Amino acid sequence: MTSETTTTDPAVAAAAAAPTGRVIGTGSSLVSRIPWTLIVFLIACSVPWVGGRYNTFLAEQIAIDALFAVSLNLLLGTTGLVSFGHVAYFGVGAYVCGILMKTYSVPFIIAFPASGLGAALFALVSGYFCVRLIKLYFAMLTLAFSQIIWAIAYKWNDVTGGDQGLPEIPFPNFDWLNHVPWLGDLKTSDQFYLLTVVLIAVSLAIIHRIVRSPFGRVLTTIRDNPERAAFIGVNVKLYQLAAFVVAGTFAGLAGALYGIFSRGVFADYVFWSKSAEVMIMTILGGMNYFWGPPIGAFALVWLNQEITDYTQYWPFFLGAILLLLLFGFPGGILGGIDQLWRRLRRARRA
Amino acid sequence: MAASFLFSQFMGGLTTAMFLFLIASGLSLVFGIMRVINFAHGSFYMLGAYLAWQGVQWFHPTGAGFWAASLFAACAVGALGAVVERLFFRSLYGRDELYQLLFTYALVLILGDAAKYLWGTDQLSVSTPPILTGSVQIFGATEPLYNLFITVLGPLIAFGGWLVLNRSGVGRLVRAAQMDREMLDALGANVGTIYTGMFVFSSFLAGLSGALVTPIQSIVPGMDVLIIVQAFIVVVIGGMGSFWGTFWGSVIYGEVLSFGILIFPGFSLFSVFALMAVILIVRPWGLFGRPL
Repeated sequence: MTSETTTTDPAVAAAAAAPTGRVIGTGSSLVSRIPWTLIVFLIACSVPWVGGRYNTFLAEQIAIDALFAVSLNLLLGTTGLVSFGHVAYFGVGAYVCGILMKTYSVPFIIAFPASGLGAALFALVSGYFCVRLIKLYFAMLTLAFSQIIWAIAYKWNDVTGGDQGLPEIPFPNFDWLNHVPWLGDLKTSDQFYLLTVVLIAVSLAIIHRIVRSPFGRVLTTIRDNPERAAFIGVNVKLYQLAAFVVAGTFAGLAGALYGIFSRGVFADYVFWSKSAEVMIMTILGGMNYFWGPPIGAFALVWLNQEITDYTQYWPFFLGAILLLLLFGFPGGILGGIDQLWRRLRRARRA
Repeated sequence: MAASFLFSQFMGGLTTAMFLFLIASGLSLVFGIMRVINFAHGSFYMLGAYLAWQGVQWFHPTGAGFWAASLFAACAVGALGAVVERLFFRSLYGRDELYQLLFTYALVLILGDAAKYLWGTDQLSVSTPPILTGSVQIFGATEPLYNLFITVLGPLIAFGGWLVLNRSGVGRLVRAAQMDREMLDALGANVGTIYTGMFVFSSFLAGLSGALVTPIQSIVPGMDVLIIVQAFIVVVIGGMGSFWGTFWGSVIYGEVLSFGILIFPGFSLFSVFALMAVILIVRPWGLFGRPL
């Protein structure tokens, strides 16, 4: 993986070198021995008891965004597909879950997998067409599909509620928790928060497994050099489609959780600019790292909260952050830390 | 259905189409040369509208004020385009398309908030210039004069653009830059200037169309992200980088929207997006474009 990469971009070239040359999480340093994921998971679980209502709200937002961004990164960072319409699958999941639970009173345990299935089906159909196109045309067709979903959500009043949306989606039934110590006394919204954290942890573990599997390695090969992958006998389009469907499925699950969390599903969720926002999260954290997107989600939600305290012009700051990223730190937060780390090591050796 | 009704529906579609053409032609030009979808094109359009309103307040609330204000708005947006291209865009050529898309999106965010900061969030409106108030009857359908003016202006600009691109020295250089940038560079042409020039011209067109839309549409925040999607559809249908393609793409878009409302009311919006998806699937380079 040296000079044969076809991409000219420095960030992408750096990504190509990532599996071998990355410093974070390698070696036997103290930092890498700490079970970070377990710690983060336990901290996330403790938020309702120690954090109060508002922090629980933020934490839930971060968790859902993290899953959404990681699902996008399966395309963006792992497979090298620039999808500009990933919000479509998030929206399909949110609407499927919302409609089932509100209109048909289906229990969450069925509605949640159904939302993933719905998003997967739509990803299969739209992805079949998208992966046949390359580069910019791929981005444009994904954008077109997401706008189709938006138009349906916005106009099909009888099913989606049109521009009024679907308010008051019920929480899942948590009566069975009533006799469990600790958990039974919590508010319903906190119980749902814990359920969200567990479901997202499981989803992230599955995606992590997929990325590290031979299947994930093939996806990375396709990202680095699709022609070569085809030469060694990989069915490039099929693998891309598979990645597209997996990414769509998890985006749908994130959408389902988000609809319940925000107590409603609205057409705004599916507008094209939302796709850009999740993309910014992914890049802010660092798309060459598995944990980049969750860190980006954390950073963006936290920044949003801090900045909107002072000014209503949050988009302006988001744009400025984006400019800084594009021109100064194309590797994102983790990429920046990685670079700093390397420089420190080199300084120590010298 | 009466013929006059169909005709007025047709004319309505045509007016929409020609407005969109003014905006989309700039988007298409930039794509044809730089291979970049400029999301900020919609923001330039919005700035054109706000600046025209501002110009009208400054120059003359009535009379000739509107035309001077429109020209002022278009030139100001063109100058902004020059700054953006020289300072930022330049360093993104040849980088991954992801970074180019996100850069133009960053501009959307920044310019949108700048407009909110400068002009507030209330609706603003500009009155129709006195020469073009009133309406005429054509085939029993009532057509406002201003709409007719736009409907005529669209094809004029299309024809002018085609003439410049295909019959002038500058046009030849531009077409050469479209085909092979490096070769043109090696032959001694100043490709950087051509790129800046095209970007400025495209921004100028965006600003002009934003200014000209003010008499029939009120100026509101958010008009930037709404228009860019429409312009984008037009360009995809017609073919990125093709002047006449964009022209016919706008006509198709306008008429599908206009007649789609008659056939299935709630879903004409859906039909244009579906049309765009179908075209991308069957002919990704659009009806009149050429494969990359």
